Amino acid sequence: MFFGSLPMIFKGLWVTLGVTIACYLFAMVFGFVWVTLKRIPFKPFQWVVSFVLEFIRSTPPLVQLFFLFFGLPMVPYVGVSLSPFTVAVLGLGVHYSTYISEIYRSGIQSVDKGQWEASIALNMSVRDRWTKVILPQAIPPIIPMLGNYLIIMFKEVPLTSTVGVAGMLLMADKFGARNWAYLEPYTLVAIFFLLLSYPSAILIKKLENKMNRRFDKKDPTGAKNVKKGVAIDG
Amino acid sequence: MAEPIVTYKNVTKSFDEVDVLKGINLDIAPAEKIALIGPSGSGKTTIIRLLMTLEEPTSGVIEVNGQNLWQMEKKGELVRANEKHLRQIRGDIGMVFQHFNLFPHMTILENCMTGPINVKGESKEEAKKNSIEMLEKVGLGDKLENYPNQLSGGQKQRVAMARALVMRPKVMLFDEVTSALDPELVGEVLEVIREIAKEGEMAMVLVTHEMDFARDVADRIIFLENGVIAEQGTPEEVLENTESERLQQFLSRFRS
Repeated sequence: MFFGSLPMIFKGLWVTLGVTIACYLFAMVFGFVWVTLKRIPFKPFQWVVSFVLEFIRSTPPLVQLFFLFFGLPMVPYVGVSLSPFTVAVLGLGVHYSTYISEIYRSGIQSVDKGQWEASIALNMSVRDRWTKVILPQAIPPIIPMLGNYLIIMFKEVPLTSTVGVAGMLLMADKFGARNWAYLEPYTLVAIFFLLLSYPSAILIKKLENKMNRRFDKKDPTGAKNVKKGVAIDG
Repeated sequence: MAEPIVTYKNVTKSFDEVDVLKGINLDIAPAEKIALIGPSGSGKTTIIRLLMTLEEPTSGVIEVNGQNLWQMEKKGELVRANEKHLRQIRGDIGMVFQHFNLFPHMTILENCMTGPINVKGESKEEAKKNSIEMLEKVGLGDKLENYPNQLSGGQKQRVAMARALVMRPKVMLFDEVTSALDPELVGEVLEVIREIAKEGEMAMVLVTHEMDFARDVADRIIFLENGVIAEQGTPEEVLENTESERLQQFLSRFRS
């Protein structure tokens, strides 16, 4: 009986994973849009962007999902009905894009001001400054943070069962209602989440250590890092 | 004197309410070596940062090769220079920084090659050959594949010089390049600058606190105080025979 729900939940697992990845990609791209908008040097525009970001961040994702799914179709003239999948990707995607834009920003800010100045002194184009100097230094340290958000987001995806996304939770629900057996399917769902989240978290931890040591290893002579004390200035 | 390569005309710079430079007039001749000295906060670093386009002047004009650096003509009117205009002129200027600002994710060799390849469009082979040559000249031919954080401060600063030199600028700016170094590493960096200065054709502006070094290298020493050029002249005139009390007072701090 315990594994009776397995086929259904397994089917839901693929939906959950699919929604997670779609939301995450959307959030990564949209996070980039926010960062770009915030860098436009026009104060009133920046205030508007900041307000919108704060608004999205301060509202529960569940409310945003309900608004998109149940509310949006009733908006006069412009209201549209969206599929559960679209609502999930838009809702969670936009919500998490606001966090991810913060991560991007922190990555860019972590690069020393002198790196910009050196790239200007070499007369690099704006594009080269970003692609050759700033981003190669801004991205590695934020990869673990981005990974953490992937896991957090994965665990938020069950929220979308409320608008009809047939992920693991909704499948467990259905199975439970059909057979009047809730303990097994929900336990299975929890185990699936654990099995996927925990190893991922360990992987990210490893990645983080690797990123922290990324400038230490590359000594061609094989000797240990010269002097720890001199590594402060770039 | 030959046509100046750089001209400052009544240049001022204010940060918020603070006037850092109050009307600088200065001609730099091709191949001229100038040392900028003065108390901290006198504006000497700001002078060269304006020329490197790291700061924008509040008013006045800076010309490089007769071209207006910070303004350009658009429909018959002078407007603020855009990035394209700046890039076109900036290629003649190079700079070495107090804190080196090497690219930590690139090897020493890559640090030197990135400018020639990406900015000047040199071939990889050519850039590599020139970069190795330059790194050997500053005494780091054996560190090509190392990363910046595996070097001492003095070595980093010599890499930074090689990186700037392979771009073959006509004017090279040195912003207190020994101030962040341990005392025992200062000599090796100054030695390299002396070598470069001897070669000649490049103009150099050195912001420095090393008076003996300034005397050796500079054709002209400029003493800045409170955002204006207070004294200037040959090293003898400024360092030995000055009548300015303030300058004497300033110099006395460097004599032990």
